[in-house]
Formats: sequence, structure tokens, C-alpha cells
Amino acid sequence: MKRRWFQGFVAGVTVVMAGLGLARGESIKIGHYGSLTGSEATFGISTSNGVKLAINEVNAAGGVNGKQIELVEYDTKGDPKEAGAVVTRLVTRDKVVAVIGEVASTLSLAGAPICQANQVPMISPSSTNPRVTLVGDYIFRVCFIDPFQGFVCAKFAREMRGAKTAAILYDQASAYSVGLAEQFEKNFVAMGGVVSAKLSYNAGDQDFNARLTAIRASNPDIIFLPGYYTDVANVAIQARKLGITVPFLGGDGWDSSKLTEIGGAAIEGSFYSNHAAPDDPSLAGFVQKYEDEYGAKPDALGALGYDAAMLLFDAMRRAKSLAGADLRQAIDDTKDFVGVTGVINFNETRDAVKPAVILEIKDGKAVYAAKIEP
Amino acid sequence: MGEGLEQLSHVSDRAGVGAGMIPRWVAPCVVVAFAFVMYASGGFVGDYASRVMLDTGIMMIAAVSLTIVNGFTGQFSIGHAAFMAIGGYVSGWLTYYGLLATLGRTTDLGAEHGWLLLPAAIIGGLAAAGAGWLVGLPSLRLRGDYLAIVTLGFGEILRVLLQQTDRQRFSSQEMSEVGLLGLIVPPDVGGASGFESIPKLTNLAWVYLMVGAVILFAIRLKYSSYGRAMLAIREDEIAAESMGVNVTRMKVRAFMFAAFFAGVAGTLYAHQPGTLLRPADAGYARSFDIVIMVVMGGLGSISGATLAAIVVSLLNVGLLELADYGAMKWRMPIFALLLILIMIFRPQGLFGLREIWDFFRSRDRTGGGR
Repeated sequence: MKRRWFQGFVAGVTVVMAGLGLARGESIKIGHYGSLTGSEATFGISTSNGVKLAINEVNAAGGVNGKQIELVEYDTKGDPKEAGAVVTRLVTRDKVVAVIGEVASTLSLAGAPICQANQVPMISPSSTNPRVTLVGDYIFRVCFIDPFQGFVCAKFAREMRGAKTAAILYDQASAYSVGLAEQFEKNFVAMGGVVSAKLSYNAGDQDFNARLTAIRASNPDIIFLPGYYTDVANVAIQARKLGITVPFLGGDGWDSSKLTEIGGAAIEGSFYSNHAAPDDPSLAGFVQKYEDEYGAKPDALGALGYDAAMLLFDAMRRAKSLAGADLRQAIDDTKDFVGVTGVINFNETRDAVKPAVILEIKDGKAVYAAKIEP
Repeated sequence: MGEGLEQLSHVSDRAGVGAGMIPRWVAPCVVVAFAFVMYASGGFVGDYASRVMLDTGIMMIAAVSLTIVNGFTGQFSIGHAAFMAIGGYVSGWLTYYGLLATLGRTTDLGAEHGWLLLPAAIIGGLAAAGAGWLVGLPSLRLRGDYLAIVTLGFGEILRVLLQQTDRQRFSSQEMSEVGLLGLIVPPDVGGASGFESIPKLTNLAWVYLMVGAVILFAIRLKYSSYGRAMLAIREDEIAAESMGVNVTRMKVRAFMFAAFFAGVAGTLYAHQPGTLLRPADAGYARSFDIVIMVVMGGLGSISGATLAAIVVSLLNVGLLELADYGAMKWRMPIFALLLILIMIFRPQGLFGLREIWDFFRSRDRTGGGR
């Protein structure tokens, strides 16, 4: 009796393995590496959701050139060492035809040289550090870069809000925040503005009173706050208590429903730049699909992950073959690709050239306020 | 402590493993031969296996070097990654800006630059040892928990200091604009953005040459008079002092030896393909990875720490196989569970206070493995 059970088990396993093997023979493998655990897990999971949504959609419609897409996904734990190891695994062992990832620029910079050396195209959905695509001609991104976002924020503050002076409060532990603060300052000063105060904090700080008092004394027209949503909300609450009434301005790190949840009334009337506006009609279809699948509203990272995957599939259809060089050329040849985050073209450094939007927080919601072209 | 004392006596009645039985030149030859085999194997084991072997080797160096402090002298340091970061940043600064100034590039280097890793590793190691001396001198008068807090604090301070560093320069033109002094104060190593494009000089041969060097050093140290003084401190500081051991000096030396090899490991890490240095590398999260290996191997066991580094590294990458079954999210819980199980069934670590060769030789003397 026992033996028959065992034989059944072996037979079952064999059938399943054979099935998997057959399914694999007909599919195209793509890789994704992202921080699915650790302190930046929400970024990786959102991106992963976006990528999977795109794959499901394409597979349901018959795949790419008649072949199903298979995703191989690894966790980086937000650690560059892990990112290097898993990208090596993706390109040399799993032999994926292309790689999507990472969100954080430091992790993309760890993975990109490996993709470049093995001639496997890599598309970063949301790494904004300009250095990432400078690694080589196999590295692309579907988002704008820090200098552009800094320019957008400075232009909005200086020209659309008429701000003469700005104070900057940035997170010195975050490469993203440091870079954005630097670019904003440069552009704002070049447009004739004055930076009245520049102060820093460390992500996770709880008490901002001393820094905010110094900012209040400098009497700025606007406060540039290029941090992540949790700190931003705390800063806003404490600033309002100190009687600071001028609006805050930030970058895409603000993009989370948690911002208004924590910040409440304190964050009302503030602005931030982003990849897409949630109330933009071109995004509506994607938002609906994402909600149906995951039961939550997508953030910009989910949308960028979706765009990165869709752009890749579009290039696969046009490519002469799926070999690294041909696929790379096809991605590079992308023209006016209509993604959910805007129309994507690549410039000579393989960065997406697309407009940014400025959102205003009104009644606890982020609504479209302005669009700034590159 | 009784078992420890027994262990101590049985260390002293064996005249050392490196000395006596086997001619002295054999061990270094084995290390060099092994490194050569590693160099030759790089080609046929494939890129992914090479990468795993690189990561494992670097963790072996870190774990064995920490054994000198946490295992031999019985002090509890949880700032080992900070010394790795110092070695990595110092040597990376030298090779990166050195090559940028002379060649104008730091990537696509030919094999002829490979030798640069050796001086880089020595300088990185010395820098870390210097830092070890600075931290050790005042704090090693403290014991146990207090030292742990000081080393933890050191790592965190270094992490924050590294965040304050200047942005990285990417061309020799940019370099000449800031000048040498500008590159040094504050160091232009990228702050929170990380320090990237460090020349990729690390290969399997270098890593396993260093692995061999640190293991050999640790074995020779353990069975030398220095090592016995350190073990005596671990067992009873007052007794050791009354026997004429200068406790603080011995602790500082152990600390510096450990820091030196941590600096070497950091240098190898910094020059490894597919990674970059960032301030978080000095923080406690990385230090704990190393402490786990030392505790798991058995405090004081060189072969135990080596094996634990291999087990932990392979477990980490082995669990990536879960991705094939769509169970990636279970990787870390399973990893943690396995660590807990190992510690439940081997609370004294894989080898306890012993070395792997003790199991083959002394079953009759001390009644088998503990």
C-alpha cells in the first residue's frame, strides 16, 4: 500500500516536471530584480506588481510572437551585493533575454555592469541617478532623471509660483534626496532665486523643530522637501505647529497614499512632481486593471514597472531576434511608445524623455496642477 | 567555563598544528596552489558559481578574522563591518583615483592591472588596523557588553561620517579642478549615493589566496604564545593578568589583527564586480552577518567559522532556488528558521571550541565531540 502511494507520488512529480519543462520550452524568459524584502520593500513589490500585470496581459493576448513570457524574479533585500549576485544569476544561469530593475539607483549601479558585460539589455523602471545608464549602451530607463526633476521643481517654484526665496530640507542618508536637493538648488539659483536656508536630516528622525525654527527665521516663499513620504508628513505637521504657512514642494518620493493619511491638514496645499497624475484619463485603464488584480491603488512605481515591461515587449516584437544586440537595438529604436506614464522616447544616453507633472494636495488627494515639458 | 579550561589545557599539550608535525613551508605552498587552482577554475565553473565563490570567500575572511576577537580573546565586537568599510573605502579611493589620474578610466581594465589588488589590500588592511588601534585603545579597557556597545557605536558613527563625504568625481578633468586636497577633505567617495566604478580587480585567486592567508595566520596565532595569552584572557581576565599577561595590550593586538584582515576583506569586496560601496556597509546589519557566522561556527573555532561562512553563504544563495517555485517571499523566513534550528541543536556552534582536526585526533583523550 505504502509503495503504491510512493509510486503514485513519483509519477505525479514526473508529470508535473515534464509539464513545466514543456511550458518552459515555448516561453521567453525575462528577469526582474527588486527589493521584495527589507526597508525598501514597498518599492520592489509595487514594481513587481506592475511587471506581472503587464506579463499577464501580454500572455493572455497570446504572448510575444506567439511565445509566452516567463518571469524570473529575485529579491535583492535592498543590498547592492545581493543585487550583483542575483543579476549574475539571471543573465548567466537563467539566461534571460532582458532584465528589468532596480528601483534604487545604488542597486541598479551594482547590476548594470553585469548586464552590460554579458550584453543583456536592462531597463530600469525608476532609477533616477544619471550615472545608471552611463554604465553602457545596454542600459535603459523609462523614467526621467534627477536633474530633470530638480529642474521641474525649480521651474514650478520660480516661474509658476513666483517664489523668490526657497528653503531646502533634505534627507542626507538618501542618495535620492541629496541628488534632488543639489539639482533643485542649482536650477533655482540659475533662474534668479535665492536659497535662504539649506538643512538636512536623517531618515527616521522624529524631531524637526530646531531645523524648522531656523527655516522659519529665513522666511522663505516655499520649502523644498525632497524626502520620502513618512518624513515629509512629520515635517509638515511640526512646521504647521510652528506657524510656518508657506507651501512645501517635493519629488516623486512623496507618492504614497500614506502621505495624506499621516500628514492630514498639514500637507494640504503642498505640491510635488511625479511621473504621472492619478486623475490623468490616459492612466484610468491601468489604474482599473491594477485595482482589479491587487485590490489597491497603484503608485508611480507600479506604473513605471508596467511601462518598462510593456516597452520591452514592444521592442521584442520589432527585434530581428531576441539576441542581446538585436534586442538592444530594438529598444534603442523605440519611438513615441505610449506608456501609462506618458509618451516615451530615448535620448542619446538612453534616458526616457517625457514630461513631468506637478500634483497639488487638495482635500486629501493629489490632483493635477501643471505639466512641465523637458 | 570548566570546559573551556579543559580545552585550554588540551591546546597547550599539543605543540600546535602548523608547527612540529608538518614542515613549515607546506602550508603556504598549499595556500598558493589552492589559489592557483581557483584562478584556473574561474573559467569553467561559470560566472554564477564564481560569483558565489567570491562572496563566500570574502565572508570567510571576515568570519575568521572576527574569530580572533570574539573567539580567541572572548571580547564581543559587533562593529566588524565598519573595519571592512574602512579598508574598502581607503583602498577603493586609492585605486579609483589613482587609475583615473594615470589611465583616465577605471573600467575595462586588462589583466595587467591585477597585481594592484595586493598593495591595495595591504593598505586597506593597514588603514583598518589603524582604526582598530584607535577604537581599541580606549574601549578595550571595557568588558563584554560595554565593548559591544562601543563597537556598535563606532560602526554607526562611521556610517554617518561616510554620508557626509563629497560627491564622486568621474573624470581626470574633474579631479584636477578640485585638486588632491579637495579629493581628501572631505573624501570624494560619493556620500549616500555610494562609491561606484571602483576598478574590478578582485578575482577568485586573490580571494582564496587571502582566505588561505587569514586561516593560516589564525591557526599559527592560536597555537602561539600570543594566542594562548588571548585564550587565557577569554577564560579569566584576572587569572591571565596574574600570570603576567598584559590584558589590554593583548586585546588591542587581537583587535588590530582582526581589523587588518577585515580591511583586506573590505578591499576585496570593494573591488569585486557587480557591487558598490555605500555608507550602510559600515552599519550594524552587515556586522551581524559576520557575528552570526562566528557564533554559529563555535566561538574560537577557526575551522568552525570557515565552515559557518560557507554554510550561511550557500544557504542564502541556495534558497534563491525557491524562485523556481514562486516562493521567493519565503526565502528570508526559511533562512532565519534554519539558523534558529542550527542554534537549537548545536548551541555551542558547529564545532564548539574545537577545530575540525580535533575530531580526528583526540576522541580518546577528551571523550569525543562536545
